[in-house]
Amino acid sequence: MSGSLDRLIQLAAKRYGVEAAGLRSEDDVFEKLGIDSFQAVELMSELELEFDVEIPDYELQGVRTFGQLAATIDKRR
Amino acid sequence: MGLSWTTDDGICELVLGREPCNEIGTAMLAELERFLAELDTERTRALVVYSTARGGFSAGADLRELYNGLVSRPADEQEPALRDFIDRIHRVMDTLDMLPLTTVGVIHGVCFGGGFELALTCDVLVAEKTARFCFPELRLGILPGFGGIPRLRRDVSNAVVRDLLLTGRSINAKKAMAAGLVSQMVAPGEGLAAARAVARQATKFDADALATTKRFMKPLPREALAEEKAHFLRLAQRPALREALRKFVESDDLRPYLP
Repeated sequence: MSGSLDRLIQLAAKRYGVEAAGLRSEDDVFEKLGIDSFQAVELMSELELEFDVEIPDYELQGVRTFGQLAATIDKRR
Repeated sequence: MGLSWTTDDGICELVLGREPCNEIGTAMLAELERFLAELDTERTRALVVYSTARGGFSAGADLRELYNGLVSRPADEQEPALRDFIDRIHRVMDTLDMLPLTTVGVIHGVCFGGGFELALTCDVLVAEKTARFCFPELRLGILPGFGGIPRLRRDVSNAVVRDLLLTGRSINAKKAMAAGLVSQMVAPGEGLAAARAVARQATKFDADALATTKRFMKPLPREALAEEKAHFLRLAQRPALREALRKFVESDDLRPYLP
């Protein structure tokens, strides 16, 4: 597991009260965390501040899994 | 619950409480008009605007109501109805913008489209770290129509305005503060306390000095507002908006449709 993926999963799990051990790279972020689009917006702000990156919305089109999201963050670091 | 307001010691607090995220349609517009009619600007020195909606400050225009209005009205009634709404929302935004007192907006979560335009009427913005600002209108085939472009251009560089409008991307509180849009960034849940402190400071100032300074430093960009309104009304008549709204309204994806 990459450093970003691990941090992403830890942060998301803590934020939305789910077990980090139950989250895998290939899991769908929305479905696994049980979040709606408003919560996803908040999560994006928290991730950007945590990783000190900017992730334009259009780069998130097609991003569904924790692994894809971590890879998108890594490209911006 | 929709909008509510209380005034105490010269500070009025306007609470946006319409779930899920303070969508601005005819109901919210009427409440804003009633609030402004009842606001005693002689006895009020500061206004704090905040949201209790879980989703954030405001998700902007009520797209479902807009879509239903477009598909349910005969073609010859659509433009007058839209123009009436836009004229009324412009009057509300302009009045909020020019209030002779210090206005402080507290932003958390979503601050998109018309909600962003409402925030831009405030003199000072306090953003919690969850805040996210966006003008997604081009993704719907229109441009912001509540006066947001001239107000944003008044506050930040033209390059920032272009970036936000022409990409439709959202920015976080840190980026918004770096751009000069937000004056304070605070931890989640701390925005209201910070805004109340700003408001208390305003109550210490001479009313005439405060109102004069605001009038001098924050002129209403009337010509640009009228121009934006004309552009919006033209673009909103095209099929592109209706088609984009249809996809948005009919989508049951957890990730709402936006190009």
